[in-house]
Amino acid sequence: MAYSPLAIEHKEGLQHQFVDAEQQRNAVSLGMWLFLATEIMFFGGMFCAYLVYRYWYYNEFAAGSRSIDIYLGTINTAVLICSSLTVALGVKAAQLGKRKLLVTLLLITLLFGLAFLAIKGVEWYDKYKEHHIPGPSFSAQDLIEKYPQIPIDPRPTQIYFSLYFAMTGLHALHMIVGVGIFSFILFQAWKGRFTPEYHTPVEISGLYWHFVDIIWIYLFPLLYLIDRKPLK
Amino acid sequence: MATAALTAEREHYLNTDYGIRSWLLTTDHKRIALLYLVTITLFFFIGGFFALLIRLELLTPAGDLVQADTYNKLFTMHGQVMIFFFLIPSIPAVLGNFLVPMMVGAKDLAFPRINLLSWYLLVIAGIIMLHCIITGGVDSGWTFYTPFSTAFSNTKVIEAGIAIFIAGFSSILTGLNFVVTIHRMRAPGMTWSRLPLFIWAHYATSIIQLLGTPVLAVTLLLVVFERAFNLGIFDPTRGGDPLLFQHLFWFYSHPAVYIMILPSMGVVAEIIPCFSRKRIFGYSAVAMSSIAIAVFGFLVWAHHMFVAGISLYSAMIFSILSYLVAVPSAIKVFNWTATMYKGSIRFNTPMLYAMGFIGLFTMGGLTGLFLAALGIDVHVTDTYFVVAHFHYIMVGGAVMGYLGGMHFWWPKISGRMYPEWLGRFAALTVFLGFNLTFFPQFILGYLGMPRRYWQYPPEFQVLNVMSTAGSTILAVGYVLPMVYFLWSMRYGKIADANPWGAAGLEWKTASPPPTSNFEEIPEVTWEAYNYHEIPAPEEVPVGLQPTRN
Amino acid sequence: MSEHIVSSKLYIGIWATLMCLTVITATVAFVDLGPLNTVVALLIATLKALLVVLFFMHVKYTSEKLTKMVIVSAVFWLLILLFLSLADYTTRGIGHA
Repeated sequence: MAYSPLAIEHKEGLQHQFVDAEQQRNAVSLGMWLFLATEIMFFGGMFCAYLVYRYWYYNEFAAGSRSIDIYLGTINTAVLICSSLTVALGVKAAQLGKRKLLVTLLLITLLFGLAFLAIKGVEWYDKYKEHHIPGPSFSAQDLIEKYPQIPIDPRPTQIYFSLYFAMTGLHALHMIVGVGIFSFILFQAWKGRFTPEYHTPVEISGLYWHFVDIIWIYLFPLLYLIDRKPLK
Repeated sequence: MATAALTAEREHYLNTDYGIRSWLLTTDHKRIALLYLVTITLFFFIGGFFALLIRLELLTPAGDLVQADTYNKLFTMHGQVMIFFFLIPSIPAVLGNFLVPMMVGAKDLAFPRINLLSWYLLVIAGIIMLHCIITGGVDSGWTFYTPFSTAFSNTKVIEAGIAIFIAGFSSILTGLNFVVTIHRMRAPGMTWSRLPLFIWAHYATSIIQLLGTPVLAVTLLLVVFERAFNLGIFDPTRGGDPLLFQHLFWFYSHPAVYIMILPSMGVVAEIIPCFSRKRIFGYSAVAMSSIAIAVFGFLVWAHHMFVAGISLYSAMIFSILSYLVAVPSAIKVFNWTATMYKGSIRFNTPMLYAMGFIGLFTMGGLTGLFLAALGIDVHVTDTYFVVAHFHYIMVGGAVMGYLGGMHFWWPKISGRMYPEWLGRFAALTVFLGFNLTFFPQFILGYLGMPRRYWQYPPEFQVLNVMSTAGSTILAVGYVLPMVYFLWSMRYGKIADANPWGAAGLEWKTASPPPTSNFEEIPEVTWEAYNYHEIPAPEEVPVGLQPTRN
Repeated sequence: MSEHIVSSKLYIGIWATLMCLTVITATVAFVDLGPLNTVVALLIATLKALLVVLFFMHVKYTSEKLTKMVIVSAVFWLLILLFLSLADYTTRGIGHA
């Protein structure tokens, strides 16, 4: 049966182009998943470059991988996993209408995110000090001396570090955007905007955050764990 | 004036609100479509201006109009502007934005504000591109091949890269909006198998936009990083592989050509049944072919790199895959032709464009198969044969489809009819001008004239002069519709809801439509292209009489 | 997105598993498994990613087949990019002087 769109009441948060709240929720969720699919392809381009060059320059990649701090990398991985937990629990708090709990969990998530970025900053500063930033000041001499067992050509070693900075840099940029989004969600949650009936922004922001976590879950072994076996 | 009084009484999306804010802050998909129309038309003429300069230089064998470096900038900016700021947006952003919600029976797209954001992103990207052009331009070719673009070019590669990066996001968001709308907002009874083929085509296009464009984005970003921050990812002196850039670039840029042609095919699939008064032949085959083109289109990119240094074995794989991707396109051509067979043909302007499309797209597509054959490609790659091939598809195909669609839906968009005889004249002018411009280029390429060269041996001059002459005729054919469309908005005959007697939900609502598209959301109980149930309109001039309906 | 509410205990269990897997992957990196090091590292990473997708992102509890289609398609497309590019890189130099 046909019905007039004018007769539908506009409930809280229901946009005019949707027939009902369920259609809106499904559409918004699908939209976010499609966006995450584009992000998979976006990072995927860099994974492709990584794959090709690791295939060509395994030794240089192995040496470069040893030069970044595995402890900071592992800690950062743990930080992000903890933040994903607080996000998941936060979404549940929103589903149950527990405003205070939601606000607390979102705040902790933000702190974890900022901690990740701070540690990342420390790592990048270390690379700067060690002259591992690609460009005129780059030097692989320290790696050549430290790992005489690995035949290292200094020129393609720059490619490892170029990819390191490109991949962790773009990941960090996505984290910063995530921190921004969650700051906004935190503000809205604090104002009581979310109810058990309407908390879609929390859900889809959570999806984004989990995705950024997953990218790091792959970056960690690919950048930090290429070759850590004891050298003779 | 009587005509003005008639339209002024009924409220529709054009007169519901006035003032620049009501346009720049609109979330109505129909108004956003018109915002896009203005933007891409502007870029079409900018890109066309570069084309005219190229053809002027090529009138004579000597490089006497511009310097070689300038010529490099001309063909680069012609390509970038035409591809990223005209062709990629064109049909989806104008006709798609306008029609997709109406064709599925929705009040708007899923995300109207993101739709507006898409337009603003294109505008911002366009402003950056214009600034780049005005302040010196780019000379790397629209293909940005490294290491020239990263290490040796002295032009504004970073700025152009950023402009295209932003334009890419405009494209991604449009695709996202369409996919969600088509999946989630169809009217009651509008099953997948009742959707117009225009929708199937845009669905397939959107998949490509979503999955391909991000790879171009990250690749251009890496080029920008290399120029700006000295990251040596494509730098051969540091062990980088220029071919890696080409793999990543063409992974998007080949499917991009399907972004440019699929919507046109969707337009043709709407026009042909209407002006043959027959349902489309092989609906499922055409719908599935759209999806097949989108999927297979991602498997063939290295056919742009046959002579660049990829391995012979991968070249063979990509060659075979390139032959496969032609099959669904051929299926569509057979089905459109079969639709016309024993139909009641009317030669209105949209139909002239659609028929032109079928012929010219077929020629362009077949010459693509020549290029997919490794042995032939060695000889004609990077010659005018390639230039002719892709212009047959992009201009003879995509642009003709776009113009056909603009004429077909103009009454719905504006509430006015364009002048029919002038429309037919312009269509024929475009067809003649196009063939005169580009057919000689097949011969030039076969004879060995390289592309992107600003001077050439004297034996090629005659064909080049023919090509330039054709381009001036083509230009006239393009300017005419702009003039008479504008004219028609004030003086054109008032159109009723369905002047063509066409099938489709968009024709069931008034011309121009109300802001909410439908007074009541319809419930669909009929199949698509039910021309056996729709009477032919009386006033539309008739072409051939039917032998059997 | 379903409105299925997952128990907090399950979330914490998944979190603990993820943390353990992280420690495992970092530790195993120091053991010489030859070419298997890479395989193990990627397998663990994929397992972690699956846990996040299925439980934290609720994909296990959704009735929407389309969500799963989107994820599978994106991963499949990425694999197209990776494998067809590798088809070139791994066969270069064969048969050439």
